[in-house]
Amino acid sequence: MLLALFIGIVTLVTTAGVVTRRFWLPAGINQHAAAFDSWLGIVIAILGIAFLGAQIALAWVIWRHRDRGQRAVYWDGSPKFEVFSIAIVTVLFLGASVGGARLWTGVHMSDQPAALRIEVLAKQFAWNFRYAGPDGRFGRTKLDLRNDATGNPFGIDDTDPVAADDVSNAALRVPAGQLIELRLNAQDVIHSFFVRELRLKQDAVPGMEIPLRFIAAKPGTYEIACAELCGLGHHQMRSVLIVLPPAEFTAWLAQSKNP
Amino acid sequence: MRTFLSRYLFSTDHKTIGIQYFVLSVLAGFVGLALSVVMRIHLSYPEAKIRLFEILWPNGAPGGVMTPELYLALLTMHGTIMAFFLLTTVPLGGFGNYFLPIQIGAHDMALPRLNMLSFWTTFLSFLVLLAAFFVEGGAPLSGWTAYPPLSAAGPIAGPGQGTGQTLWIVSIAIFCLASLFGSINFITTTLEMRVKGMSLFRMPLTVWAWFITALISLFAFAVLMAAGILLLLDREAGTSFFLPTGLLINDRALPNQGGTPLLWQHLFWFFGHPEVYIAVLPGMGIVSTILANFARKPVFGYKPMVWAMLAIAGLGFIVWGHHMFISGMNPYSSLAFSVLTLTIGVPSAIKTFNWLGTLWGGRIQLTTAMLFSLGFVSVFVTGGLTGIILGQPSLDIYFHDTYFVVGHFHMIMGVASVFAMFAATFYWFPRMFGRMLNEKLGRVHFYITFLGVYGIFIPMHFAGLAGNPRRYADFTQFEFLQDLTILHKFSSHCAFTTAAVQLLFLANLIYSYRRGPLAKDNPWNATTLEWLNKTPDAVHCGAYEYSVPGDTKDFRMQHEEAR
Repeated sequence: MLLALFIGIVTLVTTAGVVTRRFWLPAGINQHAAAFDSWLGIVIAILGIAFLGAQIALAWVIWRHRDRGQRAVYWDGSPKFEVFSIAIVTVLFLGASVGGARLWTGVHMSDQPAALRIEVLAKQFAWNFRYAGPDGRFGRTKLDLRNDATGNPFGIDDTDPVAADDVSNAALRVPAGQLIELRLNAQDVIHSFFVRELRLKQDAVPGMEIPLRFIAAKPGTYEIACAELCGLGHHQMRSVLIVLPPAEFTAWLAQSKNP
Repeated sequence: MRTFLSRYLFSTDHKTIGIQYFVLSVLAGFVGLALSVVMRIHLSYPEAKIRLFEILWPNGAPGGVMTPELYLALLTMHGTIMAFFLLTTVPLGGFGNYFLPIQIGAHDMALPRLNMLSFWTTFLSFLVLLAAFFVEGGAPLSGWTAYPPLSAAGPIAGPGQGTGQTLWIVSIAIFCLASLFGSINFITTTLEMRVKGMSLFRMPLTVWAWFITALISLFAFAVLMAAGILLLLDREAGTSFFLPTGLLINDRALPNQGGTPLLWQHLFWFFGHPEVYIAVLPGMGIVSTILANFARKPVFGYKPMVWAMLAIAGLGFIVWGHHMFISGMNPYSSLAFSVLTLTIGVPSAIKTFNWLGTLWGGRIQLTTAMLFSLGFVSVFVTGGLTGIILGQPSLDIYFHDTYFVVGHFHMIMGVASVFAMFAATFYWFPRMFGRMLNEKLGRVHFYITFLGVYGIFIPMHFAGLAGNPRRYADFTQFEFLQDLTILHKFSSHCAFTTAAVQLLFLANLIYSYRRGPLAKDNPWNATTLEWLNKTPDAVHCGAYEYSVPGDTKDFRMQHEEAR
């Protein structure tokens, strides 16, 4: 009977952890995060009820039908019960899948024009970000020009006039409230771009250029973590997302321009 | 000497081979467990100087402080050993070998020599894997999923990515071969060797589970083996299956052209997701059998249980994309994979309902085997429900590769399967070794383990909710991780306790093997044929005829004729 008690204890402690939210997602900084949190809340509420229901039912059955010398009933199934439970579970689970779909299409399938494009280059074990500058065009790059020591991680080719106003930086600065499109790429192994406050994560894969769009509404500094095992420095592959008021961002970009 | 070799080492007897698998896997399980304890020590006390680490790994832990590359090597080996050499081998190679033939009234497996070959191939594979610890650079650090380019580019990608990674791939390829041998054997035996009257729908659910698991193995391991060979070619023969154009690793440009890293992920997870069911389906069969026995009731919904397992096996092959929602794969396909993935929750939920139905109205006897089976149901529910979160790309976009995933799969794939193994060990030990395991030790072992696993893995879910990425060698480099150290400390201490209690299980095995009370012929009053110490002529009823109205005793063995 200890088991029924133990099942009760772990169930209640787990539920208490969910309800008190001592360890939880950080506050979001955009509309997507708000939508994410409310959908997650609904899903967790439904799963929580299922969790409590199933665990308590298990504990209850163990208690209720413990061996007291009675004879067990001979009951080997009920097609009605099976059909009924299949129907309920199907509606619940497929509902979950469909309900969350809009959130996903909102991230990956919007066709709004982006206000700003930023190239992201991930490598063992650093992040680099490139801005096109006032001309809105990225200059030519060459693999053999890539060099951290000379401050040119992207390998920007200075002989290309378009490249003259390109800016590269180790932190990701963006203007608040504008639609940003990152173009993610990695030069060596797979990395993953993860900002908790944006509720966004996307792998950066060598040989691919993967778009990721977001609007960061709230100015501030947020940590960027690598979320795909990339080698011995994976745990220290950190950068920051700095969300600036648009005017400050423009000023920063202007003064960072390559001479 | 010749008899010793042929009886104990190169035996073709399915019972001996089953025990060989069991012993090898218990050994592997304790190695994997020890690695996890070492990892948890490091995660909780990253700066502590630990003499033992220095003795074990003079290069990997200079001064007793573990380097990140050693941590990742341990992580890779822990995952590989547990997934392949414990979760894949005990349920099928161990218990399946021993009990599948005698549960269907056969005298042995259909192909006994192939059976022996598959065990020794598995053994070889294990040795090759362990060898990775002792070569230059140590074991690979690319995790048990071995994503290229990290796993394909060679030593320039990191320590352990040289010979260590090569040995890892070779070991896995050999393991695949062994599993293919084994699965062919299980399928043939089930289809061809059943005694008269043992129709498919009279087979115990354990036999169904092993049969379906063998089918999954056949298709899944074939693909993994092909993938492993391609990866090996990329490393050793200069091909570019997984290596794209323009790689610049550690300031060195690679000549490869035209490959794609995502191809590996598709191939790996085409195997990797079914692998979860290879680990857990036999457990479902075992738990169904044990719940029925100690509730003294027929399995509730026997046929739906079979169909549910078949559905899980079939669907298991078309959901691999849920491991790749954020990989850069076409976002439309994520929606399809999500629907399929959540559909798998339906047969899984049906099984849970039917287990509760089996218990309902029963006469529940809480033996250790029963405790572990009930524990299985509890952790299966807990671990399964979080899958509904991870199966949605819209939510996975946050939870992917966080500790939430670590908690989820350890619960459902690790703990659930291991609980089923413990249950099976307590249930079948008397049949295998003629003696009973000690129930008192068993209970202590169970209760501490039950609380322990919740204590280990529930905090991981909360760390994941806070966004803690997995596979980090320490949590010192990010501000937001500082707040979570208490979760990891708690988790670690639960892990130390739980690991220590497993020694009690080992002691129980050894003590009971030598001194345990002698077992009666059918100590649990069970219905299935393994408890009949001879091959019957025919069977006359289904596998779970407990408490049949009108019978004088409360169980009817399958070979007994109805009155």
